[in-house]
Amino acid sequence: MSQHQEKARIIRFEQLSELNVRITLDAPLIAASADAGQFVMIRTGSGQDPLLRRPFSLHQTSSSGYIQIYFKNVGRGTHILAHTKVGELLDVFGPLGRGFRFARDRAACLVGGGLGIAPMLFLAKKIASSSRDHGRDLIILGGRSREDVEPLVEDFKEFGLALRCATDDGSFGIKGLVTDLVKSEHLTRDTVVYGCGPENMLEALNRFCRSRGIACQVSVESVMACGMGACLGCNIDAAQGDYLHVCIDGPVFNTEDLAWNS
Amino acid sequence: MEFVNERDSYPDLRVDIGGLSLRNPVMTASGTFGYAREFENLVNLHRLGGVIVKGISLRPRAGNPPQRIVETPCGMLNAIGLQNVGVERFIAEKMKYLKGIDVPVIVNILGDTVDEYRMLTERLRGVEGIAALEVNISCPNVKRGGVAFGTVPSMAAAVTEAVKKAADVPVIVKLSPNVNDIGEMARAVESAGADSISLINTLIGMAIDVERRKPVLANVIGGLSGPAIKPVALRMVYQAAGSVNIPVIGIGGIETTGDALEFLLAGATAIQVGTANFINPRVSEELVDGIGEYVKSHKLNSVRELIGALEF
Ligand SMILES: Cc1cc2nc3c(=O)[nH]c(=O)nc-3n(C[C@H](O)[C@H](O)[C@H](O)COP(=O)(O)OP(=O)(O)OC[C@H]3O[C@@H](n4cnc5c(N)ncnc54)[C@H](O)[C@@H]3O)c2cc1C
Ligand SMILES: Cc1cc2nc3c(=O)[nH]c(=O)nc-3n(C[C@H](O)[C@H](O)[C@H](O)COP(=O)(O)O)c2cc1C
Ligand code: FES
Repeated sequence: MSQHQEKARIIRFEQLSELNVRITLDAPLIAASADAGQFVMIRTGSGQDPLLRRPFSLHQTSSSGYIQIYFKNVGRGTHILAHTKVGELLDVFGPLGRGFRFARDRAACLVGGGLGIAPMLFLAKKIASSSRDHGRDLIILGGRSREDVEPLVEDFKEFGLALRCATDDGSFGIKGLVTDLVKSEHLTRDTVVYGCGPENMLEALNRFCRSRGIACQVSVESVMACGMGACLGCNIDAAQGDYLHVCIDGPVFNTEDLAWNS
Repeated sequence: MEFVNERDSYPDLRVDIGGLSLRNPVMTASGTFGYAREFENLVNLHRLGGVIVKGISLRPRAGNPPQRIVETPCGMLNAIGLQNVGVERFIAEKMKYLKGIDVPVIVNILGDTVDEYRMLTERLRGVEGIAALEVNISCPNVKRGGVAFGTVPSMAAAVTEAVKKAADVPVIVKLSPNVNDIGEMARAVESAGADSISLINTLIGMAIDVERRKPVLANVIGGLSGPAIKPVALRMVYQAAGSVNIPVIGIGGIETTGDALEFLLAGATAIQVGTANFINPRVSEELVDGIGEYVKSHKLNSVRELIGALEF
């Protein structure tokens, strides 16, 4: 495992909607070793409050040594990050966790809901750059309304994979849920579904995939202190009764390894 | 000076914690440094004074359900529930790596009964690579209605005595801060044979989610750690050091060189870094450098001149 603690300069700052921000950071060591679905822990300030780092999925990396995060301003830490400026340094630690296990020989269906779109760009890039037929690969993006989805669509389009969108209010793509789109797509049994998004979306995705016998990997969240297996604070219920730890066993899990409420 | 070895002898940071010599006073606290291997690419482990591994019990423990941690102002609450692989897997899987690293490995132990502490200690006797034991007495005594061993002097003494009798390495007793008179507790474990004491373990706290009107932690209450507890920890180390003759190891909210020096001045012979490892995985090594700089710039013969050197 190669993890790095880098003082990363902010190269670009994009306010993609009122609360959603994308930051590009110069973090060559992390960029060089990261995989789709992995995450980084970022210090939002330099003082003691907020104390802990915050976890963010890697949105994208580039061969020029840049990494991107895409996040929503939901609380104190993300508020500070949402008010940073180009040129400032952020303390970034990563890459961390186990990412998506991309099945090269099987069709891929990527499902990103809301901020769950974040890791999907990295995965889409990886899939698009693998030499194989992409005729059956599909990306499905969704959110509450236009501003959650539209600003990211151009980046996904670049890869030339099929793309469908849905919003709760119908302001962009179809009106409905991403899982409605998944259901209408006649996925074959050899498809692998890769999902990230709010808990109820992941539950619906799990229910659907299980009923069709389709393999499904999801990226999940938990509170975290260390992000590297040292504190044991990030446990979630495992299918077999015991616990799994999101930061080292995940954040990407096969849905059958997790315990689901429904 | 017989030889000059930059790493070990200049500046002279060596300390002795009751039968165990450390190359410097900086150790990592139990439960915040995994089994050390997690940090091998981030920290030069051989530069630390010692590492204390996650608490081990006789049988494996699954720990508490989620949510186990929550951030609080300048600190965090945890209710991990002493999750660990159990002593057999610890010896079979973790010691293999730990015995090969060039740093004293201190094994933190816990139990539900005095007997369990004793059996655990017997099982660890003779295991290669263990430099000392640290006894976590902040656990509930199931035979005494769940009252924590560390809150009743006679119970703390009983555990200390049982472990000390069975152990073949120095025994550090880790005190709970959730007591009225820390000096009394320190004296109780000293009389029972402890080679040194470490303190503080976490302070019991709580957080509530007002929207859901529920406790944030599944366990309802948890242990507070981080910079928020430093003043309390420092006061307790000062009082404990004034109450016993055995070495005291200071723990609680240590993040900077200045924090570490405060504990030494208050009477600690060594220190442990806990929560700060989560924020800066390299912090322990940075503290070794920082303390070394201080010793040099203040032209001290050794770091030992700082221990309890508080002036009034
Ligand atoms: C592996 C992983 C990857 C993540 N990737 C992204 C990402 O790419 N983009 C993104 O916007 N967010 C992501 N998150 C969530 C992000 O970490 C939280 O939004 C962030 O920690 C909130 O910090 P804060 O200080 O702003 O909020 P706080 O002030 O700490 O809390 C504000 C609100 O956010 C909720 N919250 C706090 N921490 C989390 C958390 N870890 N997960 C979910 N909700 C939380 C709280 O319950 C509260 O309601 C990820 C989380 C994990 C575990
Ligand atoms: C997540 C977590 C797990 C801990 N686990 C243990 C443990 O297993 N045994 C123990 O004796 N102390 C444990 N502690 C307590 C620490 O070792 C230390 O005493 C305490 O956190 C205060 O130091 P700090 O403020 O530097 O973190 C734990 C602390 C934290 C934050
Ligand atoms: S966040 Fe610390 S172990 Fe997962």
